[in-house]
Amino acid sequence: MSLPVAPKPALRRFHQARWDEPIIFELSTPGERGVLVTPVEPGVRAAVGDVVGDLPDGLRRSAPPALPELGQMRVLKHYLRLSQENLGADLNVDVGQGTCTMKYAPKVNDQLIATPDLTALHPLQDPDDAQGVLEIIWQTERMLAEISGMDRVSLHTQGGSAAIWANIAMIRAFHEANGEGAQRREVITTIFSHPSNAAAAKAAGYEVITLHPDPDGYPDLAALRAALSPRTAAIMVTNPEDTGIYNPAITEWVDAAHAVGALASYDQANANGILGITRARDAGFDVCHFNIHKTFGTPHGSGGPGTGANAVSEALAPFLPGPRVEREGDRFVVREAGERSIGSVGPFFGVVPNIVRAYAWIMALGAEGLRAVAETAVLNNNYLMTKVLEIPGASAPYATGRRRIEQVRYSWQELFEETGITSEEIGVRASDFGMHYWTSHHPYVVPQPFTLEPTESYSMAELDEYAAVLAEIAREAREEPETVRSAPHRQTVHHTHHDDLDDPERWAITWRAYRRKYFGAGAVGGAGSGDAAADEVAA
Amino acid sequence: MLGLIVNPVAGVGGPAGLAGSDGADVQRLARERGARSRADERASAALAVVAASHPNARVLTVAGAMGEHAVRAAGLEPVVVAQSGEPTSAADTAAAARALAAAGATLVLFAGGDGTARDVATGLALAGRAAPPEATRIETPGDEVEGLDTLAGARYSTGEASVDRVARSAYRDLEGGGLDTLAGARYSTGEASVDRVARSVYRDLEGGGLDTLAGARCSTGEVAALGIPAGVKMYSPAFAVSPSAAGALAAAWLTEGSLPTQLREVLDVDEAALRRARVEPRLYGMLRVPDRPGRTQARKSATSAGEHAAVRAAAHGAADRMERGIRYLLGPGGTMAELARELGVAKTPLGVDVVLDGELVLAGASEQQLLDEVRRGPAKAVVSIIGGQGFLLGRGNQQLSARVVGELGADPLLVVAPEQKLIDLGGRPLLVDTGDRDVDAGLAGFIRVVTGPASTSLYPVHAPEHEGEGHAP
Repeated sequence: MSLPVAPKPALRRFHQARWDEPIIFELSTPGERGVLVTPVEPGVRAAVGDVVGDLPDGLRRSAPPALPELGQMRVLKHYLRLSQENLGADLNVDVGQGTCTMKYAPKVNDQLIATPDLTALHPLQDPDDAQGVLEIIWQTERMLAEISGMDRVSLHTQGGSAAIWANIAMIRAFHEANGEGAQRREVITTIFSHPSNAAAAKAAGYEVITLHPDPDGYPDLAALRAALSPRTAAIMVTNPEDTGIYNPAITEWVDAAHAVGALASYDQANANGILGITRARDAGFDVCHFNIHKTFGTPHGSGGPGTGANAVSEALAPFLPGPRVEREGDRFVVREAGERSIGSVGPFFGVVPNIVRAYAWIMALGAEGLRAVAETAVLNNNYLMTKVLEIPGASAPYATGRRRIEQVRYSWQELFEETGITSEEIGVRASDFGMHYWTSHHPYVVPQPFTLEPTESYSMAELDEYAAVLAEIAREAREEPETVRSAPHRQTVHHTHHDDLDDPERWAITWRAYRRKYFGAGAVGGAGSGDAAADEVAA
Repeated sequence: MLGLIVNPVAGVGGPAGLAGSDGADVQRLARERGARSRADERASAALAVVAASHPNARVLTVAGAMGEHAVRAAGLEPVVVAQSGEPTSAADTAAAARALAAAGATLVLFAGGDGTARDVATGLALAGRAAPPEATRIETPGDEVEGLDTLAGARYSTGEASVDRVARSAYRDLEGGGLDTLAGARYSTGEASVDRVARSVYRDLEGGGLDTLAGARCSTGEVAALGIPAGVKMYSPAFAVSPSAAGALAAAWLTEGSLPTQLREVLDVDEAALRRARVEPRLYGMLRVPDRPGRTQARKSATSAGEHAAVRAAAHGAADRMERGIRYLLGPGGTMAELARELGVAKTPLGVDVVLDGELVLAGASEQQLLDEVRRGPAKAVVSIIGGQGFLLGRGNQQLSARVVGELGADPLLVVAPEQKLIDLGGRPLLVDTGDRDVDAGLAGFIRVVTGPASTSLYPVHAPEHEGEGHAP
């Protein structure tokens, strides 16, 4: 007798939705409205006069913006359909975006931030009426100071790279305040550190020196010593690096930087494996940052604004961004940025809903819970590594035979040499099984790379499922390579052409730019439409 | 359309322990030792990958063992557009490459090693030129004249047996050097015979002499080439990592119509020297090699289109660092060509040129001319990484000799390369071999490599000749 509910196969028969949904601008019907705004009452109109007419010319549009015109239900369906064509962190076993720490952001905290107690607050409100949220900001800063060992913390930045920028901006301000700004023009990083460190330092006007790993994949201390000089402003390193390898000589690195008068900046994007185990300050660092959206259970930038935390030693505290929340007795007050502060790096106090989420997340776990997060993340990672390395053709270059911290940068090079199937092609095929997969930052140092970070959020069964998908694709690469090469087969869209995304002449990140670049200047409707700024960025 | 050339004797010298397969004597010796070439089966393994996605693809190729057999073995239809001699020779490969290009091949796959790459480069360089006069075959010389087959073009033009003989003696004098050495000799030795050889050899290249041929070899036109690894020596970064990988690229080429390409160096070593345990790769020319297409969905990254941008960025970073009043001795290679473009100067592709205050003051300089320049004022050598072995000095740019580098002072080099070139070394150090212990020792340690504007990488440099450690792959 067959069962009424058939058992599921070992590998998911996933199929992504395909709605063939047009771009929202293409759905526009002239005159259609989602909300009919009530006309201004004659008495009000008479009392305030022509408000728009009173605005300076420079603030007034010469023509209405070219916005799509749609009813509410059509808008709702449009975005629900697009959401079904996504593969988000709440749907798949999201361990394939290593370095990004895709973990569970508890939904109960979303309810918390949706309460009118928070949503009705305004950042310019009198602090006496906002003591609760100011206390949460202050407490969260203090907890992050304890977690990092640093003296002071700022939660102003709205993403990891913004926080790294704030780090180098404070370092620059520090050296300038000491009269060494003109002398210290170099920043040293490693090739397996997050590339935003090099990018932020360059944006701040520094010459960046990148160090390659030693033959075992560890950061090369001899190279660091050769690179350091009185011209060095700072070392900016990630640890563990994106290979998942922890720098065993990290204290020597910091000491060597300090010996030439440079500062040491710690990118803690990969902090999920070290919470409660190591602290930046204990290794001697002067400044560090956390990605709150990676490590502390809040959504990522792509799914809501991110949040960065900058933690500094007392010597760097005067340079923190402002305004700052401070405690005076049993009250919390707002102090504008000080004279030596790098100033504002975002509006007001940062992304307050995320700060509240992170506060709730930390408070729910406590000190023991934070350490359990790290231990579980490391355990999950090393379990998954064992499973992945059982797949013929997969390897984990560097530090052979050693454990990794919270992630591993693997290589399919052996499989590639055998079959010609690339890591990119494997990633595309993984989406046919409902799994997200990412390779590596560029340039690819590890050949045919893929980077997995399981975090503490996933069960053994889910990690087994992910490894089984990789094993199946490796089998396909050998036995039916065309299946992999012609993937995806069960996705919303097929291949995209990267050159369209890389070429300034062709890329279009707004509808307006798309019309202009592909249909000519005359095709751009609504002069002065709202995306001019974004268009400038694209140009 | 795809083209295929198989060098049916590629790789025979490897298993036979002969450090290469160039020259009829070596090939005969290898066969006597029981060796056989796997080039044919590796070529068909690559084409099998193409056949899986393009079962009706037609492949332009050479009759018999030089391609036709491999195309059939992969289940595809060969279109024979060239013949070959028996036994096959380097000239056959060059002629085949030229014929494939003329027949409309946009990507020429070649199964072989560095010697095959050289011959393909020669053929493609000549492809854009007038049809050859009735070819007079010259037997492939013995291996004491390695390098002569780079002059394969000459064999089509003059048919003078004496050219071969004269060239042989000229080359022997020059210690078996390649085209660039001969070019240097022309400027430095004043030996009339060398000049005369060169003139007759290159008569058909519109009388332009050595520079013209060198230029031709570096402008391969639109035809791309990709090596299917099947040789003993593969120093040139023009090979796919495996036959399957080559096939996958070729399949993508057909699917997409083409792919982005990069100019890559064609290197070869003097096999006779290699048998004496010296690794001396020389730069023979350039091939246009396809990049892998970017197909990733997860972004956060650049793609292959970024590779050319990376070379430009490195060149731009170098230009930023160049100061007035300093003579810059620009070495050969693709990155240096990009730097010359950035500076707006016309660079000789394989030579060392001198730039002062943004102006080209000397092109194709000999060692002696460089010494004269260096003694006129402050100077610095600008070099890139030659090929996959990581040499900065001593390979392909021998004009930048120990004497020249020794005159440059405490900080003699401006090293320029995209980061990927360092990554491709797989952790192996950069190498210098000027032949002078003190000069090499002074360069060993860590060196700053300019990878872009405001970007350098610090990378270890070794002087293997003085450390008793070889770095042959």
